[in-house]
Amino acid sequence: MSEPLIEVKNLKKYFPIRGGILQRTIGYVKAVDGVTFTINKGETLSLVGESGCGKSTVGRTIIRLYDKTDGEVFYKSIPIHSLKKSELRKLRPKMQLVFQDPFSSLNPRLRVGDAIGEALLDHGLISKNELRDKVIETMEICGLAPYHIDRYPHEFSGGQRQRIGIARALILDPEFIVLDEPVSSLDVSIQAQIINLLMDLQEQKGLTYLFISHDLSVVEHISTRVAVMYLGSIVEMAARDELFAHPLHPYTQALLSAVPIPDPDLKRERIILEGDIPSPANPPKGCKFHTRCPLAKDICREQVPEYKDVGGGHFVACHLV
Amino acid sequence: MAKNLVEFRNLKTFFYTEEGVVKAVNDVSFSIREGETVCIVGESGCGKSVTALSLMRLIQSPPGKIEGGEIIFDGRDILKLSEAEMRRIRGNEIGMIFQEPMTSLNPVLTIGEQIMEPLMVHKLMTKKEAWNKAIELIKQVGIPRAEQIMTSYPHELSGGMRQRIMIAIALSCDPKLLIADEPTTALDVTIQAQILDLLRKIKQERNMALMLITHDLGIVAEIADYVVVMYAGKVIEEAPVRELFKNPKHPYTRGLLKAKPIIGQRQERLYTIPGQVPNPIGLGDYCYFSDRCEYAMDICRQKIPQLAADENGHKVACWLYEGEWKK
Repeated sequence: MSEPLIEVKNLKKYFPIRGGILQRTIGYVKAVDGVTFTINKGETLSLVGESGCGKSTVGRTIIRLYDKTDGEVFYKSIPIHSLKKSELRKLRPKMQLVFQDPFSSLNPRLRVGDAIGEALLDHGLISKNELRDKVIETMEICGLAPYHIDRYPHEFSGGQRQRIGIARALILDPEFIVLDEPVSSLDVSIQAQIINLLMDLQEQKGLTYLFISHDLSVVEHISTRVAVMYLGSIVEMAARDELFAHPLHPYTQALLSAVPIPDPDLKRERIILEGDIPSPANPPKGCKFHTRCPLAKDICREQVPEYKDVGGGHFVACHLV
Repeated sequence: MAKNLVEFRNLKTFFYTEEGVVKAVNDVSFSIREGETVCIVGESGCGKSVTALSLMRLIQSPPGKIEGGEIIFDGRDILKLSEAEMRRIRGNEIGMIFQEPMTSLNPVLTIGEQIMEPLMVHKLMTKKEAWNKAIELIKQVGIPRAEQIMTSYPHELSGGMRQRIMIAIALSCDPKLLIADEPTTALDVTIQAQILDLLRKIKQERNMALMLITHDLGIVAEIADYVVVMYAGKVIEEAPVRELFKNPKHPYTRGLLKAKPIIGQRQERLYTIPGQVPNPIGLGDYCYFSDRCEYAMDICRQKIPQLAADENGHKVACWLYEGEWKK
């Protein structure tokens, strides 16, 4: 088994809610409420969940775009949240992020070549003379034509902009990339192109991905392991084949059965969850899922289920398992 | 067989922009029968929403203009009606729900006022009658505590609830047709499952026709009776749902079906359609898919293929099937 590249230990991230004329803190949104997992070198760990479950916050706190509330993240055994800013800056090129929205994540006044190359210059990793060649090389790897280098972002389609976003991350020669819903805003035919590109790059460069998504069919295609989040906690985590073949948590089962499958002859028992996701500012007591769980018992309303290994690295937090 | 409720006949809706003419809907013909669910599928910019907005006569002019064709709704040509006549159809005989439940409700009116308005305008109900009917509608779309919801404002509800309210408003006047433009795209999967379930149930109860616009082939397989596939402003294929998924003909439809990863069907590498959707300005007289098509022949780059049906009524616009039509 390969060594862990990222280790996340009991990570918490709370956002204060302010109110009143003095803007005092009147509560917290517990966006991430104690998650623990590791990401091995060269694998793709996917984080799935619905909006507001804290999956993007996990991604950003891991690379310390947000400061943690509690817990720690280790990159190759270096505690990221204990580093000084100057030490962290040296590590930054190794950990990159690709955003969901390729329309708002690029500076509209910056030529694409400059947008891709600026981080290299900033970190002093290249001389000005070599920069253009390096940018063109990276653009070609990402499927962009060299003559695009002097164009502005508005001249590109969504899929091409996402390629620019990937090139920006890739040029720094990172080891770890957080992909935050990188294909969610793209059309199906373009989505497939970007997924293939990401998988090719991983194979060529031995990259490690944290893939954040709400689309389970894409997750099944790209992942090595999958973690399912609900209201700030991981409710189930397992190797991809195991999770899709034997989902144990009722939430995972419901999520899987809710995905529409393009086969009109398929008849499935569908689990339709009732109600909405509760507010993360005021999560339910006990198991956070009990308000929507079709199988909830008394114990679920009172006690927080333990997150335990049920064998073979399949973790689940449910009283009924 | 049920009779046609809506017939699009050679509809052309163009937009006149500074860069040139965008033929958003370019000679589109298809029909929707009473009580039938027809899904319009395609990628962004293919003209699926503009087709629906043309039926509602909600094309903003300028820059948009319906340049030709007919839309027959229940025996009348929609495009020939006066604005006053059209207003009696909109929200009354045809209901519509949109993708964004966040922006399609008025934030300063209560939910109750918004559901009651069409009832009082179209059905000439008194305030009291409309109130009671609104409560009944809220219960029908599966929201508990109806009385409390009536006096709430949109910001107090979640996305899924707001979409249910939109459905309640659209249903208020018992429309013959409900247009749903990407009704679940902004929602989470578990909420999407709830809304699709609701639409299916309501449609059955009321024998209402549903025109559902989506880019998700999974949703199509689940809810459609009949499917229309659009590409760059044209219908390129249409067929009953089973036939389309079993036997897709157009290389674009086939590509779409292959490019989407499917749960439980693992593949090494996803199929991709090369290139991207063409710039809608200044398209010439050739198959618009020809530059992305792996089967493209000389004729594809010279002439626009016309939609033609095989013996099963499966229609496709592609030169590959030219031989079959002649038989």
